[in-house]
Amino acid sequence: MKTTILDLPEEELIEPGNRACAGCALGIAYRAGLKALGRDTLLVVPPSCLTVLQGLYPIAATKLPSLNVTFASTASAATGLLAALKVTGRTGVNVAAWAGDGGTSDIGLQALSAACERGDNFVFVCYDNEGYMNTGVQRSGTTPQWAITANTPLKGKMQPNKNVPAIMAAHGIDYVAATSAAYPLDLYDKIKKALTYGGVKYIHIHIPCPPGWGFEPRYAVKLGKLAVETGLYELYEIEKSQLRHTGASLKLMEKRRLLPVENYLRAQSRFKTISDAEMEKIQDQITRKWEGYFKSSEEAQGGE
Amino acid sequence: MQIIETGNVAAALGVKLARAQVIAAYPITPQTPLTEKLSEFIESGEMQAEYIPVESEHSALAICIAAASAGARSFTATSSNGLLYMHEQIQWAAGARLPLVMCVANRGVGAPWTIWNDHQDSISQRDTGWIQIYANDHQQIIDSVLKAFCLAEEIMIPVMVCYDGYILSHTHMPFDVPDSEIADAFLPPYRPPYALDPADPANLNTVTMPDGRPDVRGDISPGYMEIRHLLQHDMVEAIPALKRVEERFRSMFGRGHDPYVEPYRCDDADYIAVSLGSLSYQLHDVADALRAEGVRAGVLSVHLYRPFPDRIIAEALNRCSGVIVFEKALSYGYQGPLCSDIKSALYRYAQGKPFVTNYILGLGGREITTQDLYEALKVSCSPDGGAGEETRWIGLKIPAGGTQT
Repeated sequence: MKTTILDLPEEELIEPGNRACAGCALGIAYRAGLKALGRDTLLVVPPSCLTVLQGLYPIAATKLPSLNVTFASTASAATGLLAALKVTGRTGVNVAAWAGDGGTSDIGLQALSAACERGDNFVFVCYDNEGYMNTGVQRSGTTPQWAITANTPLKGKMQPNKNVPAIMAAHGIDYVAATSAAYPLDLYDKIKKALTYGGVKYIHIHIPCPPGWGFEPRYAVKLGKLAVETGLYELYEIEKSQLRHTGASLKLMEKRRLLPVENYLRAQSRFKTISDAEMEKIQDQITRKWEGYFKSSEEAQGGE
Repeated sequence: MQIIETGNVAAALGVKLARAQVIAAYPITPQTPLTEKLSEFIESGEMQAEYIPVESEHSALAICIAAASAGARSFTATSSNGLLYMHEQIQWAAGARLPLVMCVANRGVGAPWTIWNDHQDSISQRDTGWIQIYANDHQQIIDSVLKAFCLAEEIMIPVMVCYDGYILSHTHMPFDVPDSEIADAFLPPYRPPYALDPADPANLNTVTMPDGRPDVRGDISPGYMEIRHLLQHDMVEAIPALKRVEERFRSMFGRGHDPYVEPYRCDDADYIAVSLGSLSYQLHDVADALRAEGVRAGVLSVHLYRPFPDRIIAEALNRCSGVIVFEKALSYGYQGPLCSDIKSALYRYAQGKPFVTNYILGLGGREITTQDLYEALKVSCSPDGGAGEETRWIGLKIPAGGTQT
């Protein structure tokens, strides 16, 4: 069932006036995500933009108990909280980890993989702003190719990004979803659905970052939507190994018309050195990928 | 109940008696049998705990840190490179003031790979804010584990119980297993001062500025430095706290040992050999042999290494004329860390200022023969025993740049 904005719980679990940058899409995602997780939740947060958003001691922006942990240990810390809840006889409390893309796809991957293999019961959220943003915009495993970062300063990143949801799905966990801060209701529904499953549930959230990507703060949602409407970033879920598109990406399947990826890339200064040929290559990859989706969707419908 | 078992089993029985609730560990030689034994206790239902097999030592301590933050009594064990891999988490656990207990079956560190005993692993974690207790035999291992939980939970500082890999971890020795009912009275269930709870939310270990900042009521909270100063303050307070724990242990179990140092024939000694761990007992034989020759030698075994009981150690060494420190660890480019610490303590507290000399030995499991110890101590137990090089190596077969002799 799709949640509408009228159905969202009114209780806010993140206070306004937090320390995130102007226009940060993480605030949107965190607000909706915490509503989905609910008040009976323990959070784990490694060093990341979220550490900054949550505030400086002794003031916290979050109304949920939150454990700040070392960079590599997010998933293991979530396991530790679960173990403590179990041995102290507390039930009905969710455990959720919120890590950035570096904390997930780079330094945090080993512990996350181990937790999946053990089947530990928590939600792991990767909010992906495509780089180490609060430390000054360095490249991470999910930084897209050609993006200029502090350590790919002139030519942009040479390598394509990791597909983290696919890596997570390869663990055979029951629920993997990709969503975006530009679609908070899609995000909300996915976290809600994740809570109905056991084991590690993985939620990947695309988070447009004004200072890191180079766009005006007012365009965070616009950029998030463009990423989806160009077909570059996809909203989907992999539920018990079955992949299906959701929300705006599902609509793309129906409309069969993608916006040119140039609209998205040219709106960000991090792609200012990308050549026309490189851009065309990216457009070709997206077009081919979506033609594949259209084709398999036709085949599926034809088979019915 | 008196049994004959390995040091690792003694440690496991101590953890079981302590009713640790969450155990996370990665197998690493030579502590592996300890955690295997705990798995066995838990699977057989003898012990109620969550045992979490992890993919790394870093995660093992991450789990203990989180579990303790949410109110569970937690334990892990490791050694050698496993302990080094934990280093970031070791610092974190102390800074977060979590009463964890960890056993370290002491072993050398790579490179090159070694699996054998020395003390470089735990000594290299000296400055992390953990209490370090060194056990000399199996009885001390099992008793120290129980006392460690008691001490850790009283002062909210984690404790490392260290014992020699193989020499103690894998050898059989008779020891008494404390009665479990008395153990329960000695160590009641863990009551955390704060446990993560949705009904009472807090943001733990958050970014803390150099200077304290006002809270919502306007009261100034501590800055990073005040928080760290409190850790130092409480570490020093752990010295008397450990004595109280020891006295309670003695009154309930009818045995115990000096929690700081274990002197052997030190009262009238002119020369005192100092060491950590099981080596001390080997030195007892050497002191006896020298005594038979008319040399008044004694041995001081240091049990509590951090916090360093400097006054107590200086008082124990104050009246002798020479201190000979035997160490299975080294601060490369200087000398054995215990030697430096002892000199520092003597500088502060001793009136007579005995000479201090230092022997490095047994690294990476190099055999320490009693004959080697005897020869070294015989040379050093003389009025000019402090002359010459301060740090010498025992048992080296090929000197640096030289050929085998």
